[in-house]
Amino acid sequence: MSDAARERILGNIRKSTGGGISERTAVAQRIATHPRGVIPARASITGKDALTAFIARLKAASITVAEAAQLGEVPRLAADYLRANNLPARLRMGADADLAGLDWQSEVLRGKAEGSDEVSIAKAFAGVAETGTLVLTSGPANPTTLNFLPETEIIVIRIADVVGGYEDAWDRLRAVYGNDLPRTINWVSGPSRTADIEQTIVMGAHGPRRLHVIVSG
Amino acid sequence: MTADGTLFSARVSGAIADPQLQQALSNVRRRFVASRAAAKAALPEWGALSDEARAIKDHVLAHLDLYLEAWEQKATAAGAKVHWASTAADARDIVLGICRQAGAKTVTKGKSMVAEEIHLNQHLEANGITPVETDLGEYIIQLRGEMPSHIIAPAVHLTKAQVEADFRKAHTNLALDRSMAEPRELVAEARGILRDKFLAADVGITGANFLIAETGSSVIVTNEGNGDLTQVLPRVHVVVTSIEKVVPTLEDVSVILRLLARSATGQEISTYTTFSTGLRRPGDPDGPEAYHVVVVDNGRSELLGTALQAVLRCIRCGACMNHCPVYQAIGGHAYGAVYAGPIGAVLTPALNGVMAAKDLPNATPFCGRCEEVCPMQIPLPGMMRHFREEQVKLAKAPVSQRAGLAVWAWLAGRPRLYRLAARAGMRVLEMIGGRAGRIRSLPLATGWTRHRDLPAPEGRTFHDLWAERQRARGKA
Repeated sequence: MSDAARERILGNIRKSTGGGISERTAVAQRIATHPRGVIPARASITGKDALTAFIARLKAASITVAEAAQLGEVPRLAADYLRANNLPARLRMGADADLAGLDWQSEVLRGKAEGSDEVSIAKAFAGVAETGTLVLTSGPANPTTLNFLPETEIIVIRIADVVGGYEDAWDRLRAVYGNDLPRTINWVSGPSRTADIEQTIVMGAHGPRRLHVIVSG
Repeated sequence: MTADGTLFSARVSGAIADPQLQQALSNVRRRFVASRAAAKAALPEWGALSDEARAIKDHVLAHLDLYLEAWEQKATAAGAKVHWASTAADARDIVLGICRQAGAKTVTKGKSMVAEEIHLNQHLEANGITPVETDLGEYIIQLRGEMPSHIIAPAVHLTKAQVEADFRKAHTNLALDRSMAEPRELVAEARGILRDKFLAADVGITGANFLIAETGSSVIVTNEGNGDLTQVLPRVHVVVTSIEKVVPTLEDVSVILRLLARSATGQEISTYTTFSTGLRRPGDPDGPEAYHVVVVDNGRSELLGTALQAVLRCIRCGACMNHCPVYQAIGGHAYGAVYAGPIGAVLTPALNGVMAAKDLPNATPFCGRCEEVCPMQIPLPGMMRHFREEQVKLAKAPVSQRAGLAVWAWLAGRPRLYRLAARAGMRVLEMIGGRAGRIRSLPLATGWTRHRDLPAPEGRTFHDLWAERQRARGKA
């Protein structure tokens, strides 16, 4: 059924599209060169400006933020956060190289998240200043479930990984992963929320109720 | 997708007289409109982005076969199984087949308008598989056995008291003394119930906001994270989507994403935007072991190359319904179709034929706000006018309307008589209006005057005023 359907659908489309050689070349070219479109001024920033805008937008999206001069400070900041929020000193994390070697002050559970985990910690691939968006990639280093199952998530982002716009994040992704993207790329721009009942915003619909970001040098 | 258009006027009367619905709709009027306006004002490049987004979609539609083929090739290379469905019935059978093959008893579902369009839940239920909607709004309307009343806020027609009553009825172990009065408490209850469903599901079904030809990915946009739990936990991830969702590259989807959430809820970006490519990679500790994408046509390819092609640019943001005075007054269910509001009044006849639309192309005052706020610049009023013309041509417009237009056309072809009739008509209306200057009830137009007064005309006819003005100008 499906192959016949495929031919029927594409055949119907071809009645109006032409589909000559020049069109084929144009389409292949566009995909290969992936030209950038309109990029807002707020996304055309780098360095300190990008970092400042990024942190301001995280805070505006109900994300709490801590800053670490270097990675070595992350375990202490994470422990402080857990204590301040009356959370158990237990963190679920993947095998991320930056996080794995740190001297954690909390109990550490390795691997994907389970339904019983209360707090996870993951490292973002990039941060986008344009909208205060964290880009996370799936894999053993930072399994996707870390971003959705626990009620509280801590995300670590390196200052060097903060960029201006979405397009800058795509360029980095292509540089690292080439043609083989990870299974899941998550853009996270705040704690889970819903406004489905009377347009009233409630945090923690299904994913994390609380999101804490540690920006690290 | 069925349109029960015959009873449209009855449903409208019911909607306007429903105090709970009117209370719920006041949230649309207040919040959506103001939030979008603020988000647009904060982005000076809005116009340029909108022009570009429109151009991207027009380019894709002009090369749709090639982009679908390119996407399919990349998706397949990453491990996706791509299925093509010409009709809604084919699509539901394909999904059912995948669920059966997986031995599924329960499936979780992220919000998908295409799944609504093909009536997937009913089909799965009839075949012994339990679908569980996980978007809070969809979950609520599933409990009620209703259709969504809004593209992005399916339960926008309900008050929190109604949701509480539904939860108390469906969740039988809920303690009577447990407070459920506030949205926060209702959300916590739904979270608890649905968490178990996520973990138990064999198959997760989501829609797709976009397909990306460059990477073979599908993209979903949510605020709750329900779509993500739906697709990351079960062994099998099924995407139900439609042919016009494809865009060329990651750069192109970025342009459109800058408009989508801002147009929909006024957020700069939705909380979660998720790009899924193939199945879990070797060594990945989570993610699906199988990934199916069902690409549905269901009448869309017939629109290419016609006056209605531009409707395929739609990104389902819902701005047209949020800003429509008709939608604001009657809500989504009165439209009697899966897609409500101005986009529904066009999509329903576009996909199902003009006969199915019945009154829908008339559910507009032609104020043009839908077109004005549409980020993809779809000429919705023009398309509704197109369907009105089609209905008149097919003699499917109501007899009274056709007779009225025939009388008017006859008169309009006889200018002297027309002027006489206009003057006489005005006198009569002026007399009916009396001193108040308002007409409360008018024979042959009671449908119009039932809910509002008609201002009575005063003074002279437009023709007379125009003639006088031309004379005055001639003298000067």
